[in-house]
Amino acid sequence: MRYFSSTLVGLVLALAAGSAQCGSVEPLPVREVAPGVFAHAGAIALMSEENAGDIANIGFVVGENGVAVVDTGGSVEVGRRLLAAIRARTAKPILYVVNTHEHPDHVFGDAAFEGSGAAFVGHRNLPRALAARGPFYLKAFRKIIGDRLVDEVRIVPPTLTVENRLTLDLGGRSLELRAWPPAHTDCDLTVFDPATRTLFAGDLAFVGHLPVVDGSLKGWLANFDALAAVPAERVVPGHGPLALPWPEALQNERAYLSGLANDVKGFIARGDPVDSAAKAAGQSLRDSWMLFDAYNARNATAAYAEYEWDP
Amino acid sequence: MVRSITRRRAVFALALAAAAGGGRAGARAGQDADPWPELQRLFFGGRPIVEDPAMVRFEAPARAEDAALVPMSFSAKPPPGDPRRVIRLTLVIDENPVPLAAVFTFGDKTGDTRISTRVRVNSYTNVRVVAELDDGSLHMATRYVKAAGGCSAPMVKSMEEALATLGQMKFRILPPTAEAPGEALIMIRHPNNSGLQMDQMTRLYTPARYIEKLAVHQGDELVFAMEGGISIAEDPNFRFTFKPNGAKEFRVEAQDTTGKTFSGAWPAARDGA
Repeated sequence: MRYFSSTLVGLVLALAAGSAQCGSVEPLPVREVAPGVFAHAGAIALMSEENAGDIANIGFVVGENGVAVVDTGGSVEVGRRLLAAIRARTAKPILYVVNTHEHPDHVFGDAAFEGSGAAFVGHRNLPRALAARGPFYLKAFRKIIGDRLVDEVRIVPPTLTVENRLTLDLGGRSLELRAWPPAHTDCDLTVFDPATRTLFAGDLAFVGHLPVVDGSLKGWLANFDALAAVPAERVVPGHGPLALPWPEALQNERAYLSGLANDVKGFIARGDPVDSAAKAAGQSLRDSWMLFDAYNARNATAAYAEYEWDP
Repeated sequence: MVRSITRRRAVFALALAAAAGGGRAGARAGQDADPWPELQRLFFGGRPIVEDPAMVRFEAPARAEDAALVPMSFSAKPPPGDPRRVIRLTLVIDENPVPLAAVFTFGDKTGDTRISTRVRVNSYTNVRVVAELDDGSLHMATRYVKAAGGCSAPMVKSMEEALATLGQMKFRILPPTAEAPGEALIMIRHPNNSGLQMDQMTRLYTPARYIEKLAVHQGDELVFAMEGGISIAEDPNFRFTFKPNGAKEFRVEAQDTTGKTFSGAWPAARDGA
């Protein structure tokens, strides 16, 4: 955390300066990672009032007829700044807002795009995940990012769901959406731009930030071969640096998750209880990751509960 | 038997009513009203309870990794030479919607059984293990646990998936240790719905349905019986120590709040041992 504090302070100062100067919304910094494909790198940090929930990578793709947004950030403030970044580059209509899964750092900015006429797009399981967890997230994150940011968050259910695959036509380019079996969550969706071979992997790809298991570790491990086979040149991971080579960007994540699974299976076989496993599983891989202590024990606990029923 | 179940369920429900009433409103408003005196009156008739860390051993995490799956481990044992016997352990989670989490009753020779289970914790709370000895005295250990949302956290699985496997049991004899010559694990697939979880499709609350009774026998000897409420986590999981008594098998019987029963029997010897 300390590693990032200076970056955060810098960001906050820049934000304050920006809003003081013009009074309008300061566009989110974005990088054109491929022609017409823009991405913003969120901080590798936990959501907080100070970072306004800006911890996930989000972006947009511009076609001839309009724009598709991929995730909206961890607050409406971040969503508005993403919208400002889009408007700084194109006046074309926003046709789609795609949510890669239901976590607050990816969907809390959705309300900034309501009323834009865009279709909200998600995995077939996203409606039930948002219905079940949305109210819980709004309550829990009030303590984490504060009243001011949470007050304007609205959970926006998708108007278009992806059963398995769906192609979105942006005019002159199309995006290939794919709904995955339970892995990071039970509603993971990836967005692939074949024109530039750029993949928005959502949180199926964590780089630097410890992967978080909130769906199925078994499912995640089972998905890897198919995920790595997506014919992308570069990936925008859900967390981590933008535009990394694909599928190499998956290597560390795969090593951590399979190492965690092996550790947990070993603890179960030896008859060690879940709390011992939570303390020790995955620890040999801690130096490769940021936010390890925030998530590893929880991952191990979830993995234990998943694997202990195996014959 | 039916009468006693009904009465016990009434006590579990009464606790909910008490929680919903004035006693807790103050705590929610941040006035830190301590619910314990009222809970002590409700569950123990106001009998004196001594904090007794030498008698009651209780391990609970100071901060829960997953509020819907908080591991807890507890046992009670009178000091050497003390002839008294532990007859019951009661697990109370003060700030949960139903604070009475579970009551474990032991057989004649099994009072020093150590139990490990997993509970839901709904907000920052004191958690207590109260041991009742055969002289009627009550001894307690208390831990403060930081966790939130465990009772209302939506299930990971869909209800259909949960119902498809409902009632499956898994039993394991674990390797013996210096502390415990025998230890075993019983797991039951059951959503243990708290009644506070919203159904993901209908947006209605899933009715409470949970394991309310469970009994483990080694041969004819009762190791422990449990009466539980909604604070026991999904897929109830109990690890327990035992003294091998020569019996050939363990038997487990359980019943949920719909009256559905689940049972199984397993060899008392360890696989491959």
